[in-house]
Amino acid sequence: MSIVKISNGRIIDPANGRDETGDLWIRDGVIADHPIPDAECVVIDASGLVVCPGLIDLHVHLREPGQSHKETIGSGTAAAAAGGFTTVVCMPNTNPVADSPATIRWIHERAKQVAKVNVFCTGAITKGLKGEELAPIGSMANAGIVAITDDGRCVQNNEVMRRALEYARMFDLPLLDHCQDYSLVADGVMHEGEWSVRLGLPGWPRIGEEMIVMRNILLSDLCDAPIHCQHISSGGSVPMLRAAKARGVKISAEVCPHHIALTDADLRGYDANFKMNPPLRTERDIEQLVEGIADGTIEILASDHAPHAAYEKEVELDLAPFGILGLETEFAVFCDELVHKRKAIDLPRLIEMLTIAPARLLKLDRGTLSPGAPADVTLLDPDVEWAYDVEKTASLSRNSPFHGRTFLGRAVRTIVGGETVWSL
Amino acid sequence: MNAWTRKDLVALDGLSREELTLVLDTAKAFKGVGERTLKKVPALRGRTMVNFFVEPSTRTRISFELAAMRLSADVVNISATASSLQKGESLKDTARNLQALHADIIVLRHSSAGAAQFLAERLDASVINGGDGSHEHPTQGLLDVFTMREHAGRIEGLEVAIVGDILFSRVARSNVHALVKLGAKVTLVGPTTLVPRSLEALGARVTHRLDDVLETADVVNLLRIQHERQRKEYFPSLGEYTSLFGLTKARAARLKPGCLIMHPGPINRGVEIDSDVADGSHSVILEQVTNGLAVRMAVLYLCGGGAGIQS
Repeated sequence: MSIVKISNGRIIDPANGRDETGDLWIRDGVIADHPIPDAECVVIDASGLVVCPGLIDLHVHLREPGQSHKETIGSGTAAAAAGGFTTVVCMPNTNPVADSPATIRWIHERAKQVAKVNVFCTGAITKGLKGEELAPIGSMANAGIVAITDDGRCVQNNEVMRRALEYARMFDLPLLDHCQDYSLVADGVMHEGEWSVRLGLPGWPRIGEEMIVMRNILLSDLCDAPIHCQHISSGGSVPMLRAAKARGVKISAEVCPHHIALTDADLRGYDANFKMNPPLRTERDIEQLVEGIADGTIEILASDHAPHAAYEKEVELDLAPFGILGLETEFAVFCDELVHKRKAIDLPRLIEMLTIAPARLLKLDRGTLSPGAPADVTLLDPDVEWAYDVEKTASLSRNSPFHGRTFLGRAVRTIVGGETVWSL
Repeated sequence: MNAWTRKDLVALDGLSREELTLVLDTAKAFKGVGERTLKKVPALRGRTMVNFFVEPSTRTRISFELAAMRLSADVVNISATASSLQKGESLKDTARNLQALHADIIVLRHSSAGAAQFLAERLDASVINGGDGSHEHPTQGLLDVFTMREHAGRIEGLEVAIVGDILFSRVARSNVHALVKLGAKVTLVGPTTLVPRSLEALGARVTHRLDDVLETADVVNLLRIQHERQRKEYFPSLGEYTSLFGLTKARAARLKPGCLIMHPGPINRGVEIDSDVADGSHSVILEQVTNGLAVRMAVLYLCGGGAGIQS
């Protein structure tokens, strides 16, 4: 029997409406329901720290199989642990694409061998992410996927999207969508606005996202099936989501750290570490996104952790791949921007958006400190000031726009199944 | 007083009034060199300039080449097809190789916006932007402003209309930045699809009727319009473009007597400009080419470490 006592921390467990100072007990990798007297135990002093369910990120690119020069399941989950995440959900745009049960099983097997944190898989909506034919969604459901998505790409054909949604409902799988209308976005590389005009770069207009968000609202309503809109960047998407949710449509959305902490003006130096898809937008967009986070329209936060090798990123901006690192700075950015600076939400709500909210969407038995739950626990210091040094990252890549930036708040210890997998 | 402290010339956006004026004054001094029998000064003797043209160009490349030769620099030309970029070498690696060969000045023409800045940040050599995507073409902007100043005697208060595909034009951007900084009133003219309102952020006015500017303009700068290579949804046909925005004889007749007609070339006769108008008395299109040499000599000289020449 192994027993861990996390003593004297502020225990915040939004799933159970709990926020109190006390001790948290873990027995054999599971949250215990009462103190265990006179037992020999490992004691972790959490005085002055927050003790919360292990953080969950439902939008991560681990790059395996096929792109292990960017990231591996080992390195990506090490970065997750260093950011306080105990569970990550990986995207299917690997090589080969995760569009078959064989690839899903390979990822699960590999994760069992090398992953530092829990890894759940998504499967592709369409074969090869081509947006044409449905992938074997039922077989992948049997192999254990938790959602379907063509992330990185967006199914343009509305008929294909409708049938995918109807079909996935049979397996109770939510659909996660990267919202991008190809005809409107074309070869856009940054937000269409004053800065794209000034820098002479092709624009990626807001409506390229909004058009698909609206399409998804209509399809979700029609099929009575859940669609989760990934990495919302346009302020204009928020009122549409708000109105749809108010009338009961099963639509949800996530926001990424960079979309509330950076703007298109940050591209003025043509630095590809500020290039991601969808792109950085304006302060006006940030305000609307934060409003949506504050009023509950947006319920989930995620990183879109997208590693790329330095030599791939250090090229002409329009030729560089989209995407940035996110796991190690995610909590810090959200805590600093949403809780400290903008005071849009409080810390318990932030934790809720990073734990039980994604767990509910994907029906994971995680994200709570309920007795009997797997002992995934994160210790946070929400008020400490620190600076991010990407040279010390656990990721294989270095493509972070937050290198050198100072934040208030960070994770200090990550516990998965009762075992500390990372601590400061 | 030498106000030039820059290693590179990547963009006109961000240059001060003093810096712009210094280049123009230096160019004025150099213009005389081209008119002499012995067209050479020893200002850059022993220096090496590489013309690194990843995107095809004839006039800009030759203009830089001649400018460097007149300053007594050694010149090497590299084109996209001849370079290892074709073999998959990155821009960074190709440029580092040029540096290893001790190139002092690299003139870069590239289809990607930001390419010149990318190199400038990574190399000790001076990097001169010879046009980067839709971003800037600073020496073209300077030679246009030089030509205007030579004729009008000033830039302050000048009414300049730039007509055509502004959205994708690096020439337009460089013109606007320099002209606005020097106090001209700039109006951008063209179809709503190619001249969006967002361009007003650059400090220019936007209109979609050429007739609005004909009678007030001191300068009409016409940009080359293309249809075949561009995405066709921006306007229906060259014919319709000409009917709305072409400088026809009838429209040219309404220009002020001293109004200058400019064009960065190569011109499409009968499209953005009527053939006779291109050759007419208002036209300074060939003077622009001549002035381009003087301006490029000035830029090479200043970025190569030369002291400014005041007139």
